[in-house]
Amino acid sequence: MKRGYLVLLMAGIGIALVIALFSPLASSKPDGLERVAEDKAFVDKGNDAPYKVIADYAFPWVGNEDAATILGGVVGVVVVAALVLALGVGLRAVSRRTAIAGTKLAGPAPPGSTGGKAGAGEQ
Amino acid sequence: MAYISLPSPALPHPTPMHIPDGFLSGPVAGVGYVLAAVFVALAVWRTNRSLDEKSVPLMGVTAACIFAAQMMNFPVAGGTSGHLLGGTLAAILVGPWAAIIVMTSVIGVQGLMFQDGGLAALGFNIFNMGVIPVLVGYGVYYLATLFANGRRGWVLPTGVFVASWITVMLAAFATSIELAVSGTSPLRVVLPAMMGVHALIGIGEGLITAAAVTFVLAARPDLIEQPRRPAPQGGLS
Repeated sequence: MKRGYLVLLMAGIGIALVIALFSPLASSKPDGLERVAEDKAFVDKGNDAPYKVIADYAFPWVGNEDAATILGGVVGVVVVAALVLALGVGLRAVSRRTAIAGTKLAGPAPPGSTGGKAGAGEQ
Repeated sequence: MAYISLPSPALPHPTPMHIPDGFLSGPVAGVGYVLAAVFVALAVWRTNRSLDEKSVPLMGVTAACIFAAQMMNFPVAGGTSGHLLGGTLAAILVGPWAAIIVMTSVIGVQGLMFQDGGLAALGFNIFNMGVIPVLVGYGVYYLATLFANGRRGWVLPTGVFVASWITVMLAAFATSIELAVSGTSPLRVVLPAMMGVHALIGIGEGLITAAAVTFVLAARPDLIEQPRRPAPQGGLS
């Protein structure tokens, strides 16, 4: 990965982690759907989850509620980022292979190019 | 997986606007899974031929920030809160098809790991928050870029605000239909209530999305593709 993209990745995940640090300040009032469900008396139809991992964004076994929420947020940010990066790398590997296959059919690729659309965005 | 009992606080952290299990009937939940599967498959098919090198880190960053931002419930009137959906923001940053993958990942992790949104309701949660807002938000944003035509100023942020507000209203509209068809609440009851609350929440969505896009345009304008009108042939400009 080019250095510029690594900086982008670090800065962006840093911003997400900072937001997660402020998550205990989030409003604890019911949100839009929950408010409507309470007002219109169908909130009781909701079922509890069949299992719980980090329910309500509070990391288990942490006594302090704010710390539990921050920890839950940090874990979520890391998991979501890792998942999407893995998906992105996988999809890009497929797109590169498709592009190279397409280039081979069309003729020799210019030197240094991965060929096709996948290479079009690279400087 | 074992139950893990939590120290239950007096005021639990709010379950955001993700649909919990029990609100949707079995057939409705099934339709949600089919719709989500169709659009996610379409998104995979489209992205695996269009991802460039910068797309992958940008997708990861976008997903991480939207996950964190969705935790930040902001108060709206009447003892109610709302939070960012982020579909429009994701579509502007990574394009609509990659954005569907980003939003599906965020909503999937929220449902499977954070018990935010039901498992049976996951299909419609993905469709309501990860497909409709992305595609419609991108469409409205695209029109706004044509109006702004590369100029700095208020046209583009205003367009982003409008796009975001519309997507929250559409998500609330879709949710109301799904609840009504499931027999959870009659449409004439649930629809006005949902639209009323989300008209306010949408303002928060619009402000956050416009601010985020303005920030990225100032810090890293290369990250956002802005379509421009073709240069006029001997026109006024």
